[in-house]
Amino acid sequence: MDEQTPQPEPSIFQRMRKKLVPEGIPSDDRGRIRMVVGSLILHIHPSKVEVSSLKWTYTWGLGGLSALLMTILGLTGIILLNNYTPAAPQAYFDILELNSNIWFGELIRNLHHWSANLLIVVTVLHLIRVFATGAYRPPRELNWLIGVAMLLLVLGANFTGYLLPWDQLAFWAITVGTSIISYIPLIGGWFSNLILGGPEVGANTLLNFYSMHISFIPLAIFGLMSYHFWRVRKDGGLTRPKSANQIEDSKVERVTTIPHLVHRELIFALGWTAALLLFSMFVPAPLEGIANPALSPNPAKAPWYFMGLQELLLHFHPLVGAIVIPGLLVTGIFLLPFFDLHLDSVGVYFRSHRGRALTLLSSGIALIATPIWVLLDEFVLDWTGWLSSWNTLLSNGLVPLAVVTLPLVLLDGWITKKYDANTEERVLFVATFIFTAFLVLTVIGIFFRGPGMSLYLPWNMPVVTH
Amino acid sequence: MTEIAVQPQPVSRRDFLKIAWAILGGAAALEAGGVFLAYLQPRLVEGEFGSIITAGLVDDFPPNSVTHIPNGRFYVVRIGDGGFLAVHHRCTHLGCTVPWDQTAQKFICPCHNSQFDQKGVVENPPAPRPLDLFELIIEEGEIKVDTGKILQRQTYETAQVVYP
Repeated sequence: MDEQTPQPEPSIFQRMRKKLVPEGIPSDDRGRIRMVVGSLILHIHPSKVEVSSLKWTYTWGLGGLSALLMTILGLTGIILLNNYTPAAPQAYFDILELNSNIWFGELIRNLHHWSANLLIVVTVLHLIRVFATGAYRPPRELNWLIGVAMLLLVLGANFTGYLLPWDQLAFWAITVGTSIISYIPLIGGWFSNLILGGPEVGANTLLNFYSMHISFIPLAIFGLMSYHFWRVRKDGGLTRPKSANQIEDSKVERVTTIPHLVHRELIFALGWTAALLLFSMFVPAPLEGIANPALSPNPAKAPWYFMGLQELLLHFHPLVGAIVIPGLLVTGIFLLPFFDLHLDSVGVYFRSHRGRALTLLSSGIALIATPIWVLLDEFVLDWTGWLSSWNTLLSNGLVPLAVVTLPLVLLDGWITKKYDANTEERVLFVATFIFTAFLVLTVIGIFFRGPGMSLYLPWNMPVVTH
Repeated sequence: MTEIAVQPQPVSRRDFLKIAWAILGGAAALEAGGVFLAYLQPRLVEGEFGSIITAGLVDDFPPNSVTHIPNGRFYVVRIGDGGFLAVHHRCTHLGCTVPWDQTAQKFICPCHNSQFDQKGVVENPPAPRPLDLFELIIEEGEIKVDTGKILQRQTYETAQVVYP
């Protein structure tokens, strides 16, 4: 009788390895589909994706890049916590220590700083991409709202993080930025007191901002991000790109997520991570002298992403410049998908050939008109002088607001009449105009404002001493 | 035509419970909100900004002078006729610290070029109102300023001036 050679029992290590280490990517489509469906993280994706939605120049990978930056920010943020005390003035000395005495401390801080700044740019570009391709239309309205909410949270994360180094830059940017809060009617003073933990930026403010920065805001962003991804799937995936000449959808062609989507994502993430690391190795995050409440630097500027707002404040009564206009803008952005309902042009950049022409026209006019208006208001217009008997809220607020809104209303009427523009083209025209104007104001605020917030050419800017 | 007599309908048990839940739930939410807001109220530290600060003796301040008391965040302004004002050093526009320009005899804000005269009245916008005041008391020849309460004002009035 032949004895069968007994199979050796797998060792405990072999059994562990089998359970813990993936066995590699299956070579057949069916196995790859099963792998996506069975995986927690990969299951964010469908098992198959449409070839057309992989087109790089349609999405530019902006949503994915935002998620990558959030991940980098989370990881670097967690380890930065180990070398930081949220107390004044210790916080500042901790940053000095981080920069000089801690292995890779400066690199980690730079990486966190630059990723955070890039995140603002990328999320705004993501919003523009979705707007430009009409990708927020039904059934995707809710995901637009979640996205805008996350953009506001990203701004909040950046703003609260801005204070943490406790240097002059941080202290005065936050002082100027939070003073805006006190102009909210009725509750402004009370609310500002609550957020600052007192009448002015101080040790309590640092602790309040720190707690928001490391707990509430990142948790809220993480929750909304998960919801955002889930909704992309529920709303039927990405919108499909179309050219302006093509009204009918092309034939739907699907490929497996592994490797077609996952590999692209990996290469994209690796490329950006490498670029960020290189940038952070060579470009240090700014750090000025320790915060000095008795000495305002000249000029005192808000963080760069709020310089458009600060520029508005130079031209309007604070209630109008800091509350009414931004409030209307944010409300408008939230409501966009509810009055832009045409579905045929979803996936076409700027809706149509005419839409493209109108976008160019609109941004061109705004590009020229905004600097002219800034110069006029700076040197010629003197609302408070001309209407000196009026309340400044009227003379320096609502009257100039009406004056700058009127040309936009007239332009909108003109394109409706002359080009017979429909609702979607009018929305495109007006939104492009406002966005370009705001961008121009931001650039003026960052590069053209010098001591005393007077206008200078960037190459003639007086050297600022702190 | 039959008429249906409209009788006052007693609240059904289901409706009563629904309303009771809504009221109790609303009350609990309000309480939780109140606790949350009360918990977050600013904490004050004794002896620092927010408490009563002694600026000096009356005679330390000559008439027509402006003296910065940085840890109290205010200027002691003694106007020409010998009266005192405690002027908050924070610009009413966006909160920058306003330095006193001795040659121009003005407060000039470095951030947005708001200008104020010696009494804190706006000479040049964008500041929307005069510099705020603190309550100033003269006790046994000492100038004491209560920095706990910021007094906002729309105009300058002689009643704001304190005389020794």
